Amino acid sequence: MALSDLAQYVANAIALGSIYALVAIGYNVVYGIVKLMNMSHASIFMLASFLAMWGVYRYSIPMWISFPVALLVVAALNVVIESVAYRPLRGFRISAYTSAVAVGVMIENFVVFVLTSVPKGFPRPGFVTGVFDVRGITLPMVTLITIPAAAILFLSLFYLTRRTRIGKAMRAISEDMETASLMGVEVNRVISFAFGLSAVYAAAGAFLWGWRFPVVTPFIGAMPGLKAFIAAVMGGIGSLTGSLVGGFVLGLAEVMLVAVFPRLSGWRDALAYILLIAFLLLRPGGIFNIRLEEEKV
Amino acid sequence: MQTKFKVGQAGRIVAVVLVLLFLMWGNDRLNPFIVGLLHVWGINVILAVSFNLIYGYTGQFSLGHAGLAAVGGYTIALLTMSPETKQLIYLLEPCVWPVSEIQLPFVAALLVSGLLGAVVGFLIGVPALTLRGDYLVIATLGFSEIIRLFFVNTPGLCNGALGLKNVPTQAGLGWTWGLAILTILVTKALVDSSYGRALRAIREDEVAAEAVGVNLSYHKLMSFVVSAFFAAVGGALLVELWGSVDPSVFTTAFNTGVITIVVLGGVGSITGSVIAAGIFTGVSELLRAAEYPRTVFGIDLPAMPGLRTFLFACLLLLLILYYRRGLMGRRELSWDAIASRVQSWMKRRTS
Repeated sequence: MALSDLAQYVANAIALGSIYALVAIGYNVVYGIVKLMNMSHASIFMLASFLAMWGVYRYSIPMWISFPVALLVVAALNVVIESVAYRPLRGFRISAYTSAVAVGVMIENFVVFVLTSVPKGFPRPGFVTGVFDVRGITLPMVTLITIPAAAILFLSLFYLTRRTRIGKAMRAISEDMETASLMGVEVNRVISFAFGLSAVYAAAGAFLWGWRFPVVTPFIGAMPGLKAFIAAVMGGIGSLTGSLVGGFVLGLAEVMLVAVFPRLSGWRDALAYILLIAFLLLRPGGIFNIRLEEEKV
Repeated sequence: MQTKFKVGQAGRIVAVVLVLLFLMWGNDRLNPFIVGLLHVWGINVILAVSFNLIYGYTGQFSLGHAGLAAVGGYTIALLTMSPETKQLIYLLEPCVWPVSEIQLPFVAALLVSGLLGAVVGFLIGVPALTLRGDYLVIATLGFSEIIRLFFVNTPGLCNGALGLKNVPTQAGLGWTWGLAILTILVTKALVDSSYGRALRAIREDEVAAEAVGVNLSYHKLMSFVVSAFFAAVGGALLVELWGSVDPSVFTTAFNTGVITIVVLGGVGSITGSVIAAGIFTGVSELLRAAEYPRTVFGIDLPAMPGLRTFLFACLLLLLILYYRRGLMGRRELSWDAIASRVQSWMKRRTS
C-alpha cells in the first residue's frame, strides 16, 4: 500500500470516526444521566436529515436556514419525547427501553408515511462537493470539512460540561441524581436539556453524514445509529471522551478492513457487531474500563 | 363448592381436540383470507409464547428472537426446496454442493430447523447470558444482526440479499396450530415445574435466587435454548406460509411486533399472549388493507405505506406508558377459573 493511499485511508477513517463519535455523544449524554439506552436516537438522526432535505426541496428554503431549523426542530422534539415517553418510566429500565424502541419505530414509519421509502437526494452546499489534491493525496472536500467541524463540536461540548452551570448540573446528576436534586439542581430541566443536546449532536452528525453519503431514506439512521452505539460501548458507555476514542477506533477498524481485505467488504457491518460483542464480554467498561452500575431493571 | 371434578383436564383435552379438528376441516374449506389469518395467528402465538418464556418468566430481555427465527426460516427453506428450484434461483453464485442436492420431507426439515435454532441459541446464550440488563439487550441485538448479515453475505449458501423464493408451502393449519399448542404445553409444563419456580426466582431477584441455590447460568440457558427452539420453529412456519424469505424481514421491526404482543397480553401470561396474538394479527391484517389506495365515501384515500407499523408502535408506546400490566397481567385464563366463575355465578342466581 502506497503512503498516499494510507494517508487517504486514515483521513477517511478519521472523518467517518468523528461522525460516529458525534452521534455516540448523543447516546452517552443520555445514558450518563438517565441510564437509558436511547434506541430512538437513530431515528432522530434520520429525521434531522429528512427535515433539512424536505425544507430545501419541498419548500425551497435556502440551505443555511433549512439546516439550523431542522436541528432546532429535532432538539425540541427530543425534549417533548423525553417528557412524554421516558419521564413517566424513569426507574423502570426495561420498560423505558421498550418505549424508546417504540418511539424509534414510530418516527421511522411516520417518515415512510410522508416520504414513502423512495430514496431522495440530500442537499449539499457547493463547498462540500469538490475534491482537494495535495501532492497526489486526493481528499474529498467533505472529509476536510468534517474533521474541523467535528473538532469544534467536541470542544464546545467539553467546554459546556466542564465550565458552564448546566454542564456541571448534568455531571452532578450523572453522579447521583438524588443528591443533586437535594442540592437544588432542577433535575427535570437538566434532563430535558440533555435530551435536546443529544438531538443537536445527532443532527450535526446527520448533516455531515448526508454530505458524505447524499441519500435520504427513512432507514438511513439505522446503520450509523447502531455504529455510533457500538462506538459508545467501545469507549465506555456514559463517557464523553470514550465516545470520541470509540468512534475513531471503529472508523479506523472499518476502513482498514476494507482497505486490507477488499473481499471482506460485505462483512464490514458484521465486524462492528463482533467488536461490540467482544467488548461486552471481555471489557464491558470499554477501552477506558468505565464501571457501569448494576441496577435492577 | 361440592364437586371437585376435573373441569380443567377434561376441558383442555376437549378444547385442543376440537380446535385441531376444526382447523384441519377448515384448512381447505374456509375462505383463504381467514386461513391465512389463522396461520399468522398461530405463528404469532409460537413466537410470542416463546419470547414470553425468556422475557416474562425468566426476566431476561433478549432481542435475539428475530435472528433465531431467521435461522429457522432459512433452514427450512434450504432443506425443503427441490434441487431444480435451487438451480433456478441462485443468481449471484451457484448453490454450494451439499445444500444444492439436499431435499428433506417437511417434518424432518422442521425438526432440523428447530434443533438448529436451539443450537444457535445455545451458542449465543453461553456468552450473552453472563451479561445482565442493558448489556444483555445489546449483546443479543448484536448476535441477531450478525446472523442476519451472515445470510446477506453468503450468496452461495443463502443467496445473499435476494433471499430465497419458491419455497414449497406444505404446512396446513393443523401443523401451525398443533405446534402452537405444543409450544403452549411445553412452556406451561416448564413454568409449572421446579424449573419454572427457579426461573421466576431469577426474574424477581438474581442475587437472592443464587443465594438460595438456584444455578443461574444453567436455568437461564435452558430457558433461552427452549425459547430459541420455538422461535426457530415459528420462523420456519412463517417462511412456509410466505413461500419466500429474505434477510430484511428479520430486523428490529420483527422484534417490535413480538414484544408488542407479549406486552399487550401481559408479561408472564401465556393465555394473555395467545389472546393478544389474535388481536394483533387481526388488527394488523385490517390495517394492511388500509395501506392500499381506496375510496371511502367519495373521498380518495392515497396509499399509506408505513401506517400499520406506525400505529403499532403508537400502541406499544401507549401500552408501556399506561397499561404495563397488559390484558392478563400475570394471570392465566384456564378452564378451572372459568368453571369456578360459572359455578359462583350460578350459586348467586339460585340463592
